[in-house]
Parts: sequence; structure tokens; C-alpha cells
Amino acid sequence: MEHIRTTKVEQVKLLDRFSTNNKSLTGTLYLTATHLLFIDSHQKETWILHHHIASVEKLPLTTSGCPLVIQCKNFRIVHFVVPRERDCHDIYNSLLQLSKQAKYEDLYAFSYNPKQNDSERLQGWQLIDLVEEYKRMGVPNANWQLSDANREYKICETYPRELYVPQIASKPIIVGSSKFRSKGRFPVLSYYHQDKELNAMANRAAGKGYENEDNYSNIRFQFVGIENIHVMRSSLQKLLEVNGTKGLSVNDFYSGLEGSGWLRHIKAVIDAAIFLTKAIMVENASVLVHCSDGWDRTSQVCSLGSLLLDSYYRTIKGFMVLIEKDWISFGHKFSERCGHLDGDLKEVSPVFTQFLECVWHLTEQFPQAFEFNEAFLLQIHEHIHSCQFGNFLGNCQKEREELKLKEKTYSLWPFLLEDQKKYLNPLYSSKSQKFAVLEPNTVSFNFRFWRNMYHQFDQTLHPRQSVFNIMMNMNDQNEQLEKDIKDLESKINQHKKEQTDGIITKELLRSVHSESSILKTSLCFKEQTLLPENDSLQTVEGSSPADNRYSEYAEEFSKSEPAVVSLEYGVARMTC
Amino acid sequence: MEFAELIKTPRVDNVVLHRPFYPAVEGTLCLTGHHLILSSRQDNTEELWLLHSNIDAIDKRFVGPLGTIIIKCKDFRIIQLDIPGMEECLNIASSIEALSTLDSITLMYPFFYRPMFEVIEDGWHSFLPEQEFELYSSATNEWRLSYVNKDFAVCSSYPPIVIVPKSIDDEALRKVATFRHGGRFPVLSYYHKKNGMVIMRSGQPLTGTNGRRCKEDEKLINATLRAGKRGYIIDTRSLNVAQQARAKGGGFEQEAHYPQWRRIHKSIERYHILQESLIKLVEACNDQSHNMDRWLSKLEASNWLTHVKEILTTACLAAQCVDREGASILIHGTEGTDSTLQVTSLAQIILEPRSRTIRGFEALIEREWLQAGHPFQQRCALSAYCNSKQKWESPVFLLFLDCVWQILRQFPCSFEFNENFLIMLFEHAYASQFGTFLGNNESERCKLKLQQKTMSLWSWVNRPSELSQFTNPLFEANNLVIWPSVAPQSLQLWEGIFLRWNRSSKYLDEAYEEMVHIIEYNKELQAKVNILRRQLAELETEGGTQESP
Repeated sequence: MEHIRTTKVEQVKLLDRFSTNNKSLTGTLYLTATHLLFIDSHQKETWILHHHIASVEKLPLTTSGCPLVIQCKNFRIVHFVVPRERDCHDIYNSLLQLSKQAKYEDLYAFSYNPKQNDSERLQGWQLIDLVEEYKRMGVPNANWQLSDANREYKICETYPRELYVPQIASKPIIVGSSKFRSKGRFPVLSYYHQDKELNAMANRAAGKGYENEDNYSNIRFQFVGIENIHVMRSSLQKLLEVNGTKGLSVNDFYSGLEGSGWLRHIKAVIDAAIFLTKAIMVENASVLVHCSDGWDRTSQVCSLGSLLLDSYYRTIKGFMVLIEKDWISFGHKFSERCGHLDGDLKEVSPVFTQFLECVWHLTEQFPQAFEFNEAFLLQIHEHIHSCQFGNFLGNCQKEREELKLKEKTYSLWPFLLEDQKKYLNPLYSSKSQKFAVLEPNTVSFNFRFWRNMYHQFDQTLHPRQSVFNIMMNMNDQNEQLEKDIKDLESKINQHKKEQTDGIITKELLRSVHSESSILKTSLCFKEQTLLPENDSLQTVEGSSPADNRYSEYAEEFSKSEPAVVSLEYGVARMTC
Repeated sequence: MEFAELIKTPRVDNVVLHRPFYPAVEGTLCLTGHHLILSSRQDNTEELWLLHSNIDAIDKRFVGPLGTIIIKCKDFRIIQLDIPGMEECLNIASSIEALSTLDSITLMYPFFYRPMFEVIEDGWHSFLPEQEFELYSSATNEWRLSYVNKDFAVCSSYPPIVIVPKSIDDEALRKVATFRHGGRFPVLSYYHKKNGMVIMRSGQPLTGTNGRRCKEDEKLINATLRAGKRGYIIDTRSLNVAQQARAKGGGFEQEAHYPQWRRIHKSIERYHILQESLIKLVEACNDQSHNMDRWLSKLEASNWLTHVKEILTTACLAAQCVDREGASILIHGTEGTDSTLQVTSLAQIILEPRSRTIRGFEALIEREWLQAGHPFQQRCALSAYCNSKQKWESPVFLLFLDCVWQILRQFPCSFEFNENFLIMLFEHAYASQFGTFLGNNESERCKLKLQQKTMSLWSWVNRPSELSQFTNPLFEANNLVIWPSVAPQSLQLWEGIFLRWNRSSKYLDEAYEEMVHIIEYNKELQAKVNILRRQLAELETEGGTQESP
């Protein structure tokens, strides 16, 4: 690649982000066409995808070398010190080039090759079928029809081709409505709630201004006041500044959390979704949701509302459908909001991240209502920025078709589905109908900072033993044990039978005699990682008193902290 | 005194009870010497059975002839009673006020309580100092039991038996006691078997403004050092506070007289500052109308988590000195009965696997809190709803339990007990039918004859039927030192205590039950596999003998 001048630099230091006394690991830095790779002296690998890089900064030269700070969109922050300024400069320039692509065709998805043939690729793209999804909701029906008005994207470029509208909405009505709505985004069906007694729907549209009440009989207005993308962007920025502070005090953390407004925004989005849900469930009313353009806040509220109303969206497959429906097909501008290409920074905003965080808060309140776990949310977040799969490239369906994504790239969903074991919530209870509609509690004290998202890569901040992982492993183990029992029982039966027959097959006995190894491993001290996939992306850090910075006196202590904590203490194994 | 004198109206009908998470019930209210009881009208089932000593404060209001009493409990619960009739309501309120603030300990419920269960093991004898010392004596002979305080003459807040360096005789201990606050001479708190290092605790040295010294004191603590090694003194006050203490006769160890010791000052807040912090936190948690900004700023302003962080950090530092620096340490603040005990006991949770078991944790509370003279009676007399600016109340023990909970959250498989166990201890420290947390020290407990006249909490808790609800199903014993993270991002509000009455935990409880179910199912399957394996092996040997005639 022409952007890479230096492919390998030795004796690079990786500093501990929170250390006050510049604790570091020394290793070698490699630059590949797609990744930046750091291998430390213990052969631990840290992989950073170029597309994940949000910013690269070169700090003033120090005595030990030239510092390079890389901030990633998945909230990883790495701080390297490169011995020679020349090398640092080369790496810096290369990363600037590699992390900011001008054309879609240069993104990773167009070169990513998971070794699948064309028909497998196509099958992957067909995994999520929105026509099927509307059928599942019971649409089309007596009141709702599939409209072909937008078949050629003539009425609204940012909507999909297939749209569901009321039976009485003729083409002239649709055209008229679209001229009245920002970007032609006229009201269309987002979710149709089927219930024995009631039928209600949520639909969506774009605003810029709001409806004159006099002209809409039977309509009640509710303003929910979710802030715009610029407020959200700076809110997250403030949050990250606060929690990146070295030696952060409890008071600074909470006043920073308050000052950032982040949790206030999260609560506002969930409150709006609850309002929508109540209107449908309690008042049996239909709801029209819109903001100004209808692809940010509207997507948040419609998708969260659907999630509260319909347990299908709380399954792994259903959640994929939800994202395809309310976000991808209705034109949430993923490429602009995630900054996939070198472009207008003012269009970047963590709208989808907020959605994932809202879902996480729901999973915390309803630990058994979701089929998927936190790792699933983190993995999806990873991939909206990775540009490794085609799903999130482009800003609307029309653009995606023009890019021929289905021919040139792969869909993320089949890969996640294939790995779904890693994303299963071990406590999920599918049978309980009590979870049919979720009614979350949004009193402020229910909201917490999402440490596992914003400190995903700061291992020292996390619990050293994860209950979730243990329960996942235990479910696996139980499955294995059930199999073992069946095996043993059939062998015992066979054996008894053979014994009466006087024939003994020793072979048979030996095969089951050794204890299944799964029983011997302690479940509690397995290495814990937040993201199960791409294990190599995790930097593994040993925990020790020094990592936790109990005292500024630590550096005065006689011995220096050993780089790797001996297993005797167990902490190294336990942290990871 | 007869309780009847205090109960003008023992019974009122048609009282309506409102409490968190339950629909209102109408029934009959009864007052007894120690309880407030409400039985529902329809089936006479008891809906509420509240110890008067659990009542922290009450408010009353009247709307016409209907009176309302709002009862605020020490466990932070708030309940409301609507009582028809102004006179009845006033009588009930004044009785509750009188019965919940009895000054004589011997009138309290533990002296009247008759257990309905069979005592399997008398908890008063479960954790004897001699037995505890035996755990050490196999590993070291550098320490001995001293009976110097057997009639509480040397130190009124110490137990009769303490562990001291073998080379220091009782005469020297008496001298050292005159040099330490409250006579609290340095004693052994913890012996780290891995490297022979120790944690000692004491009161502050009484150096005063003229720099008094005590050779025996220096000799005592130096006796714990190995040749050429130095130790650390962790003073739980800031240097400034420690310096100011000299004016009142207290002080800190001067470098010149303790050349082998390095002093570290860590500031842990005391008494009323902690009490105010608790009051603010509970107030913030009880107000459901707070918007996000207000909630976060109230949570911050309470400073509760700051205290948690300070205490945990100091405990981790102490553990780090012992385990990683291979140094012995002495910990004290002023009296050595509050922050000192928080630090010594948490350091043991970090260092010592045994203290993370149920028995071990009970022993730790017995040793480091009860025997060590934490004044429970004073500290836990009132809780978060008290208005009076009394000097001695302070949630020192609750903060300790909160810190344990934080470590438990970070190491959910390393503790034999669960969160309910910690909550139960909190409740009993403030109001209990058992005598364990009565009195301020062993000397007071002896005078009260608690062992003869009351039941020990441990007699009840350690029964298998009770233990099951306090046992952590995820526990897997390990011999590791566990280092918690003390970053603000890693600490959390203890919802099980502070939001307990403010939101339903139904879904969380159900998830917990599911977890228990999966674990039990796992055990069942493992047992079944083992049985089948044995069966198969037997068949195999039988088969083998059959095969070779």
C-alpha cells in the first residue's frame, strides 16, 4: 500500500492509560494494510483496525521518545511512545491516511474475504427479510397495504422501496404528503401491534416544524424533547473526557457524568419509547413519531418502542430484524454518523450507540427478557464502525444498491448467528409471557454508567470474575452432562444386555471411562473477556496492586512491580 | 419499669397500613413492649411485625379525625399507618416514641426474646480467642496470648485476651497502654502466613505537644520486624489532623523514635461526617422525582462513594504493604475503634481466603469489630432519619459492609456468602432480637451478662436452615489475594441496601433464582454422571471376572 512507509518499529512502549507513574509494556509495532498491531514482550497482541481509529495525535517529543495517542471509535485509547521521531512521524502519517478513506470502495468490507462463495454470500444477505417481518406483524391487511409508490425511489430517496401505508392512502395522497414532509419522508408504517383485543401501530415520518393541531382532528401531540445530534456528540465527548482522567475522584466522576448530560439523554429516549408503548397499549391509539428528518431520534424511539412491545425483537434474530427495519432500511445515515469516510465531522453522532445503551439498560432491568447478552450489543457496536461488513455502509438503501453491497461485501448477521452461542443470555426465559410488554422503571437512580462499553478495553476497571460468563459456561456444561448421561445410560444398558449374552466389548467401556475434561476446569477463573469474538483484539493485562493505584506511595516501595504477576497470586489469571 | 405504663392504647381497629410494594391493608394495630403488629382484618394474618428498636423516627399528621403516622425505620424502610381517631393516634405515636428510645439496654428485646428454634451450636462460644489463636500458633511461635486485660483494667475497650509479641511481657504492655489512646496498646490483628508479616492495630500514641515517647511502645512494635526490614504505620488521619491531635494530648509516631517505620497518612472521615453522608444519600435515594441531573448531583454531594473509595483504597494499601512489600504494618487513627477496624478487617478480606467464608467472616466480625471494641451501641443507636445532632452515631459498620459488597461484586465467586448475608448483618447491628451487637465493648457485654441472658446472632445464623439463604451459589474456594479496583467507574451504589424500598427487585430476584436453579441442576447432573460411571465400572469388573474363568 502506498500509504505505508514503515511497516515495523521495535522498542515501542505501550503506556498504561491510567497509570500515574507511566507504567508501560515494551514491544514491536506492525502496520498492515488493515490493522495496526502491537506485540509486547510476552507475545500478547493488540490489534487495532484502521477504520476504528477516530483520531491520531502526536504529542511533543519526550526524553523516552515520541508519544502517539490513538483514540478509537470503540472507546479504546492507546498511548504509544516510539523511540525515533522519524518512525513516529511515518506511522502517524500512514494512520492518518489509512483511517480516513475518501471512497467507499477503499473500505475494508470490499476487500474482506471470509472464504464464502457467491451463493453463500447471497444467502447471508437474505437471512433478514423485511417483507417476511411485516407479514409476521400481520401486514398487509384490511387497513394496511404495501405501496409501490417509492419503487424507484422517486418519492423519497432515503426510504426503502417497499413501504406500508394505510389502504386509503392513494398515490396522490402519498405524493401530497411527501411534499409536505422534510426530505419527502411521509408517514409510513414502522410497527404494527397485533393483539387479541387491539390493533395499533407506530409509524414514522419527518418533521421540520410540527403539525397544526387545528388541521388534525383526533390527534394529541406530545413533545418529548430528545436533543439533536450535535448535542449528543458533544455530550459523549464530555463523558469520554471525564472518564479518561487519570486519578479520577468519585466526585469528579459524578459531576462529570452529570455535566455531560449523557444519562439524561439516555433517559429521555427511553421515556419517549415508554410513552409510545403506553399510547398503544393503554389508550389503544396509533402513534406517529417524527423529529426533523426522521432518521435519528425517530429511529431510536420507534425501535425501542417496538422492543418494549414485542418480545420477538428481544431475540437474537429479532434484534437483527429490528436494526434492519428501523435503522438500515429507513435510512439512518450510518456512514455519516459513524464517520466511515473522510467527511463532515458535524454529521458524526453517537445516535446508534445511544440506542444500544438504552437496550443495555433494559437488559439490566429485565435480566431474563432478552435472548442476547451484553457481548452481542458490544459486538454490533464494534461492527457499525469496523466497515468489515456491508450492512452499515452508506446512508440509505438507494445508496447501498448503487454500491452493489450485496455483490461486493458480506452481511454481518449470518456471522453473528453462526456464533450465537457466545451471545446467548444464560438466564433468558422465553416461555414467560409476563415479559410480553416491558414496563421499565425510569426513575433516575435506575441509570448507571455503562462501564463495559466505554471502558471495554480498560481491563483493570472490570469485575475479575463475571457471573454471566460462568453461567454461560455452566449452561454449556449442563448440555454436555446431559449428553454424557445419555451415553452412559445407553452403554450401561448395552453392557447389561451383552452381559446376559455373555459378550463383552471392552473397547466400548474404555471410551467413556475417562472423565470428561469439562468437569475439571474451574468455571470461575477462566479468562474473562467482554467481547468473545476476536479475542486477539483484547489486550490482556495482569492485575496487581500497582494497576489499581491504591497509593501514590506505590512507587516508593522497594521492589518494582513484576511485569507479569506470578500465578501464585492468581490475579493475572483472574483479570485478563 | 412496666411497659404497660408506656402503652396507653394497646390496640386500635381499622388501621390502614401502607408500605412499599404491597397494596394497602386494613387491620388491627397492636402495641407490645417490643413490637408494633398489624394483623389484617379478614384472616387475621400478621402483615407487619416491627421491632420498636428498628424505628428511627416518626412523623404524624392529621386530616380531620384521621391521623397518620409515618414510621421511618433504621433499615431505611418507610411505612405509613392511617389511624382513625386523634386520641388513639396521639397515644400510639407517643408510645412508639417512648418504646423506640428506651435508654436502658436491659429493657431491650434481646433480654426478653425466647427463641423458637433449637440451638444446635451456642454462638457465644463459636469464636473463642484461644481457638482463633490456634490457627496462627501452628505457623509461628513469635506471638502469645496475653491475659493482662482479664478484668478490663488495662484497656476498657479491649477484650480480656489479646495477641501480642512473645518477647513483650505483661508489665511492658501495661506501660505501653498508658502511652496509647484509651489504653489501646498495639495488638495483633492479622498474621499473613505466606510471609509471616502482620497487621497490628492500636490507638494513637499520646505524644502530646512536647513529644513524649515510650521505649516499651517502640520495643513492642519493633519486635514484629525482621532484621534489616522496615515496617509501615498507616495513620487513618491526614497529617494535618494528626498534628492537631497533639494539642489534645494525642499525636503520631515521630520518625526519630521509630526509625524503622515509615508513616503513611490516609484520610478516612469520621463520626458525624459519615452520618451526614448517610442522611444525604438516603434522602437522595428516597426522592423518586429527581431528574437525572439532580439525582447525580445529590449522589455526588452525599460523598458516600467517596468514603467507600477512601476506605477501600487504604485497606488495599495495607494489604499491598503486607503481601507485596513483605512488610509488617501498624494501623491506627485516633481511638482505633472505627476507621482502624474498617481498614484491618477489609485488608483481611483481601488477603485471607478464610475471611471470605461464612464462618471466617463471622469470626472476623467477632474479632475485629466486637472484641476489638467498636462501640456498636453508640454508633448504631440512630440511623439515616435521625434529626438530632447526636455525636456518637455513625454508619462506620455499614460503610465496612458496603466495601465488602463492592469487593463481592468484583469477585462474585470468591465469597461463600451472598449479599443477603451482608444486609442481614446491617439489620441486626441496628435492631435485633439477638444480643450480639448490644453494648460498646466486651467489658460492657460482660457486665450485661449477655451470654447468659440473651441469644447470640450466630446461634441462629449458623443453623443449616438459615444458612441456605445466605450462601453464595457461585462460591468456589480459592487461596488467592484478591485486588479490587477502586476506580470510581468500578464502584457502585449498593442498590440492595439503598434502593431496597424504592423499587421492585422482582425481575432481579427471579433472575437470581434462575441462576441458582442452573447451578443446582449442574450439581444434580454431575452427581448422576458419577453414579452412572461407577455403575459402569462395576459392570466392567464383573464382566472382567466373568471373562477370565
